[in-house]
Amino acid sequence: MKALSRREFLASTTVAAAVGLSAPALAQGAPRVVVVGGGFGGASAARALKQADPRIAVTLVETSRTFTACPFSNLVIGGLRELSAQQFGYDRVAAGGVEVVFATATGVDARARRVTLDSGAGLDFDRLVLSPGIDIRWNALPGYDEAAAEKMPHAWRAGPQTALLRRQLEAMEDGGVVVMAAPANPFRCPPGPYERASLIAHYLKTKKPKSKLILLDAKDQFSKQRLFQNAWKELYPDHLEWVSLSNGGKVTGVDASTMTLSTDFGSHKAAVANVIPPQKAGRIAEVAGVADQTGWCPIDPVTFESKLVPNIHVLGDATIAGGMPKSAFTANAQAKICAAATAKLVAGEQPEQPKLINTCYSVAAPDYGITVAGVYQPVNGVLTEVQGSGGVSPIDAPRSARAEEALYAAGWFNTITGEVFG
Amino acid sequence: MRATSFPAAVAVVLASIASEAAASPVAPAGASSCTGCHAASPGVDTPIPRIAGRSAAETVAQMQGFKTGQRKGTVMDRLAKGYSDAEIQAIAEWYAQQK
Repeated sequence: MKALSRREFLASTTVAAAVGLSAPALAQGAPRVVVVGGGFGGASAARALKQADPRIAVTLVETSRTFTACPFSNLVIGGLRELSAQQFGYDRVAAGGVEVVFATATGVDARARRVTLDSGAGLDFDRLVLSPGIDIRWNALPGYDEAAAEKMPHAWRAGPQTALLRRQLEAMEDGGVVVMAAPANPFRCPPGPYERASLIAHYLKTKKPKSKLILLDAKDQFSKQRLFQNAWKELYPDHLEWVSLSNGGKVTGVDASTMTLSTDFGSHKAAVANVIPPQKAGRIAEVAGVADQTGWCPIDPVTFESKLVPNIHVLGDATIAGGMPKSAFTANAQAKICAAATAKLVAGEQPEQPKLINTCYSVAAPDYGITVAGVYQPVNGVLTEVQGSGGVSPIDAPRSARAEEALYAAGWFNTITGEVFG
Repeated sequence: MRATSFPAAVAVVLASIASEAAASPVAPAGASSCTGCHAASPGVDTPIPRIAGRSAAETVAQMQGFKTGQRKGTVMDRLAKGYSDAEIQAIAEWYAQQK
């Protein structure tokens, strides 16, 4: 065999590489993926799709030009951080080649593979990724409707509601009773109500010491429970009272006109009330037919494709994701797996078996961080925590370890928001 | 071109093909979640170290230390226990190729 000259060698490898890389895309035209929802899940997915294969035409549909992050918004409510530090735009996402469309998706025709927008425009897709977050189940808690939320904020979607709850706390006279209601499972951010209770108690202790917070809970157990309860005993013994389901904590109705929350055991009149109501997948999930009777979305754990409608993927808080909690970390991790799988599927290839992490930081005080972490993989079609891994911060850790985790919490926020929006 | 430079040129081309393959955007199982905490890009204000560009041997040593409990961690001692030795090796090699 004749030895190849350098020029022949280069030419032959270049042709082989070009043919090998572009044949599937040229045969089908550029694949189109539409992503609806520009939060931690959707914006991550759009970016990761473009990085996985720049030939995919990726369109991100998002209602708001400014994203307001929920993680760390409890610090805003507690007066320890400004809302502006929670806000991010989409310029960098667009600069990476994602077409960002500021509109609300109002319809999905799965058969025609078309999303319709409130502007009247339509977007055709080969595959659709929905990352719609949560919607409130208005009136699932009797008396709690959109008007009531203006007096008794939920602040469970960050933004004006976050600012409203903070203003109410700031306006409250010292000696007032703050009442929080925490919902039954499942809901966005399982440790969130308890972090919020901690940081409101921190505000009361430092600024309104004659006041008190009562946390009414529809559960007997909650995320990082022993860690939170130890922190409360140590930090807020006079300012925070948790009332479990067994002790009559389940709120059965609210009256915004009298600022009253009712339980089977009596009623609580609040100076400030924060009602975290029952939730469901964001509205477009229902419209697309990917939510089941629970209001949440069953998915394949390898591709995050809906189990109800083919070619539509769902990720983040909207999903039923086995052991994975509804968190920003989870949404970002799922988005990267979903994007890799979707890029393979549009190229006619087989997705890999995934492995995912969740890590949730909570702060019970500015220098007091605690975590829950887990590693997950599909087992019999369900995302399942790997045995022997994961768990919460050590129960007996010294305060120096809590301080270290509080610093890491801040670092995590900067890192993940940098990856998603930076 | 001198005769002796020909194999060197081929080696350079092959090396560049090899490094392109290694820098493939497809991360091995379990790798893509890491950048939720370990910044993919430099310049992020965080005490959590970057692992992109770190030598595979060092990442493997750290992960094995966390996994066996020889090294104390805050979160990583809990997460490392969820990975097999082969997964740790593949993830470490992949991050060593990232910039």
